[in-house]
Amino acid sequence: MANSTIAAGDTPVVTRRRKVVSKRRRKVQDALIAYSFIAPNFLGFAVFTLGPILFAFVLAFMHWDGSNEMTFAGLANFWRLFEDKAFIDAFWNTIIYTVASVPATLVCALGLAILLNQKIFGRDFFRTAMFFPYVASLVAVAVVWNMIFNPEMGPVNMILYTLGLDPKNMPGWAADRHWAMVTVILFGVWKSMGYFMVIYLAGLQGINSELYEAADLDGANAWQKFLYVTVPQLGPTTFFVTVMLTIQSFKVFDQIYMITQGGPGTSTLVLVYHIYNEAFISWDLGYSSMIALVLFFLVLAVTVVQFRRQKED
Amino acid sequence: MRIAGQKLTGKLAAIYATVIIITIVMLLPFAWMLSASLKLSSEVFVFPIEWIPSNPQWSNYVDIWTKIPLALFIYNTSKLTIIVTLLQLFTSSFAAYAFAKLHFPYKNALFLGYIATIAMPWQVYMVPQFLLMREFGLNNTHLALICLQAFTAFGVFLMRQFYMSIPTELCEAARIDGMNEYQIWAKIMLPLSKPALSTLTIFTFVTTWNDFLGPMIYLTKTELKTIQIGLRMFISQYSAEYGLIMAASVVALIPVLIVFLSLQRFFVEGVASSGIKG
Repeated sequence: MANSTIAAGDTPVVTRRRKVVSKRRRKVQDALIAYSFIAPNFLGFAVFTLGPILFAFVLAFMHWDGSNEMTFAGLANFWRLFEDKAFIDAFWNTIIYTVASVPATLVCALGLAILLNQKIFGRDFFRTAMFFPYVASLVAVAVVWNMIFNPEMGPVNMILYTLGLDPKNMPGWAADRHWAMVTVILFGVWKSMGYFMVIYLAGLQGINSELYEAADLDGANAWQKFLYVTVPQLGPTTFFVTVMLTIQSFKVFDQIYMITQGGPGTSTLVLVYHIYNEAFISWDLGYSSMIALVLFFLVLAVTVVQFRRQKED
Repeated sequence: MRIAGQKLTGKLAAIYATVIIITIVMLLPFAWMLSASLKLSSEVFVFPIEWIPSNPQWSNYVDIWTKIPLALFIYNTSKLTIIVTLLQLFTSSFAAYAFAKLHFPYKNALFLGYIATIAMPWQVYMVPQFLLMREFGLNNTHLALICLQAFTAFGVFLMRQFYMSIPTELCEAARIDGMNEYQIWAKIMLPLSKPALSTLTIFTFVTTWNDFLGPMIYLTKTELKTIQIGLRMFISQYSAEYGLIMAASVVALIPVLIVFLSLQRFFVEGVASSGIKG
């Protein structure tokens, strides 16, 4: 087994050879001790995570309402995806949300990180302030968001009104089919940019300062240094941030449930919301699992890309 | 003029101005929340905004405790969060020790199993998981949420990465001194891994405290609800009581704010290191 080679490599301490029998017994004992360390976590993990994951793949090919008998559905749930207009909307909305919010969050996070990487007074305070929306309770901040962006009375539209915008052209935010997605995306960017700023800060601190000194000698200005030193050096960080943000965007649900409830119509319906509706509103558990598999393959695709890239490095 | 030992130049002034403006924008929703929580519902949307209410309604903070069982919600959430965090810390660091420092058959396969599920979104298997819990009779119990959150692959991975950085010689020396593996874990590894434990604590605390979809699926009885779904229930029941809603929101934010501010150093370090390793 692979185990014996690891053991031989890592434990040069063993000098005296013991009898084979006692050695084998010792090994079994060591393994049992190791398993006893893993067991508390693994049992919970196997029952409550691994089991349901396997069950999800089976359920996707079944018809079940949760109370009557489960029947085999074959590919019926799969074909249904293409006829289900709500699913198609949910799929594209998820993509739109991702395509818009990932670059926006990334640029904001990088900008914040560069600003707060400077030696300025109260830097820690500013960093904490930027980070706070990320840890703040979503329900609490989402309700504020709804009030601030209230189309009739909210301060945002009041400000737009004082700036001279025609009340007829005022964005209806969460209540308006064309603006609902924007409202949700703005919220997402605001809430998570501080988190990714911290990751970028770590990336910035990892850049060798000699590179900047060399650029200075070559007479580079601040913008050139940003473009030719900072951006390439941050490549791995940017890649990591993009992957994390993309996966996070594919899974978006809470803020949409709180702000628009998927509406108006299906304008902000996303995959997880559709999974939730099909499972806990319609009790169409097989079909809901099929939608979940679509989400799974989306995330898997991103993970595979990430894995390949890491191997190359 | 000098700030933080630097001469105030035009460039520096521009940086300060930008940082301060962005910070204000970032924190504006919180300021608005705080201000609205002290207003009558009829005053909340008065424009221009009166940031410091001339007639603060401190009674909002008294009324919320009687309008909804807010204290019970907070108790439920605290109970869940504390139990989940403790279980997570114990089981993760325990398992991570074996993965980092012990040799046993199928170690790599088991660890790969953990890693593979880190990338698996919970939303993919939340429905089958719910059906399983219902089968166990755990629907509408706090135990369901504890089982769901206490055994994560992420925790094991985080702790294992940290333990890998602790020299194996330390464990070997302890073994020669006659300590068994459990003693090594308790007396050597745990005390050395305080930074990783703190990171895991704050991550688990914040996720559990703020979890929304989990409690929404599992807890339908009012007396079991957590602060998040309790707050949500309050919002739908008293949708026009803006002042009260804001006061309840402020109360819901405070525990996270306290934990965050007291452990933020570890949080920031944890996020940063996960970024580098990723």
